[in-house]
Amino acid sequence: MIKVLAALFVFVLGTAAQAEVLRLAVTTSFNNSGLSDVLLPAIKEDTGLDVQLLIVGTGQALRLGEAGDVDAILVHSKSSEEAFVADGHGTHRREIMYNDFVLIGPSDDPAGLRDLDTAAAAFGALASQKPRFVSRGDDSGTHKKERALWADAGVDADAFGDWYRAVGAGMGASLNTATAMGAYILSDRASWLNFGNKDGMAILFAGDPILFNQYSFLPVNPARHSHVRNDLAQTLEAWLTGPRAQALIDGYTIDGETLFTFNANTN
Amino acid sequence: MGDIYDGLRSAFWLIATLDSDLVNITLRSLQVSLSALVIACAIAVPLGTWLAIRRFRHRRTVIALLNALMGLPPVVVGLIVYILLSRSGPFGVLGLLFTPTAMIIAQVIIITPLIASITHQAMRDLWAEYHDLLISLNTTRGQRIKALVWDGRRTLLTAALAGFGRAIGEVGAIMIVGGNIDQVTRVLTTAIALETGKGDFGLALGLGFVLIALAVVINLAIHMLSRTEREGRW
Repeated sequence: MIKVLAALFVFVLGTAAQAEVLRLAVTTSFNNSGLSDVLLPAIKEDTGLDVQLLIVGTGQALRLGEAGDVDAILVHSKSSEEAFVADGHGTHRREIMYNDFVLIGPSDDPAGLRDLDTAAAAFGALASQKPRFVSRGDDSGTHKKERALWADAGVDADAFGDWYRAVGAGMGASLNTATAMGAYILSDRASWLNFGNKDGMAILFAGDPILFNQYSFLPVNPARHSHVRNDLAQTLEAWLTGPRAQALIDGYTIDGETLFTFNANTN
Repeated sequence: MGDIYDGLRSAFWLIATLDSDLVNITLRSLQVSLSALVIACAIAVPLGTWLAIRRFRHRRTVIALLNALMGLPPVVVGLIVYILLSRSGPFGVLGLLFTPTAMIIAQVIIITPLIASITHQAMRDLWAEYHDLLISLNTTRGQRIKALVWDGRRTLLTAALAGFGRAIGEVGAIMIVGGNIDQVTRVLTTAIALETGKGDFGLALGLGFVLIALAVVINLAIHMLSRTEREGRW
């Protein structure tokens, strides 16, 4: 019995211990958009790095970085990222690419968002007309953005009644909920385009510059956690800001629509 | 209904073409849950039997506790194991978080009380029957446990299958401690959760049907091998 257990243990450890493995915590939108399926094989090909993705919300990604459970994070919530670096959890913050947030809702648009010009007006209309609205409610980058947008529109999201449903789930699961309820929801464009269950839902508002969504790469500070592979994080950062990444990110489309725009400072 | 049809169709194609990701994920599901089952049985069967034949002061409390732990919420087990194995936790130096080993640890904790509890119930009844005989033969405690385990092996098989069923279908704990990393810690249940999140219900259901089929096949295989439910045997 002990031999069997020992053999099992070795077997299990053997599968876990591979050379040059980098753990990267990414937001659900990065994976749900399908971009990771394009980038990871190219990274493996060019650098030999095995990037293991932990797909979580921005809030949890930052926690994983603080605890030293990942080597780097790729998230989209500027103020939390800056706090992360300021507290010494990350070495620095490097902008990689952006997409934008869009307001999704039932195609017949009961709140009349299609005719509005600004995000503040759109969120103001939602607050006054109270159609069903699904919030991520999971402290992710998208959730933080949504909270900020309510504040910009001059309304207090904490005082909303039961038309406002905080589901506490990832982007895809929240979109499923919104589709089932015929509710409005804020999503990043990439996740929406790659989403497979769009029944009766459409993009109703987009294009305000405030809906800009920047993704950044933050290596975890090796001074805090000596086991963190900062060398591999640097290799990955160099690749992500290089020409091949630029071509792949800019060239990634779904149904002819570009999802992400590369904007890393390559100097 | 269309989704269910899509699910059946994608399950059929996944299996018919022996999709490499599917094979990989399925083998990992089996590796994790069977490892957890072996370890849990090694702990739970002696423990449950020992509780049945041994009398001590807090026996009732221990048994009540064991029964209560059968309902241990996997997501809480996951969270606790996660905190313990995190780099900033007490066992962080082992670097086990987000590995199959972490998933096995979580599943062992979840299924051990279940197997131990069923074992205890079965062994208690058997012990009532064997008590006088084993005592009069002047057996040692070790010999008694062996005799009971051997004669109660059919029930123990049921206990093990119940444990396996709970382990292979579990998603809350292994999602947290495994992290659902592609090619490393992604198993059938976490893959289903992921595909549901992408709105790809067809593929999610397809994987679900594969999972159910797997559980059925494993159960049948074990019953065949152990020749239960046959004439002239019990």
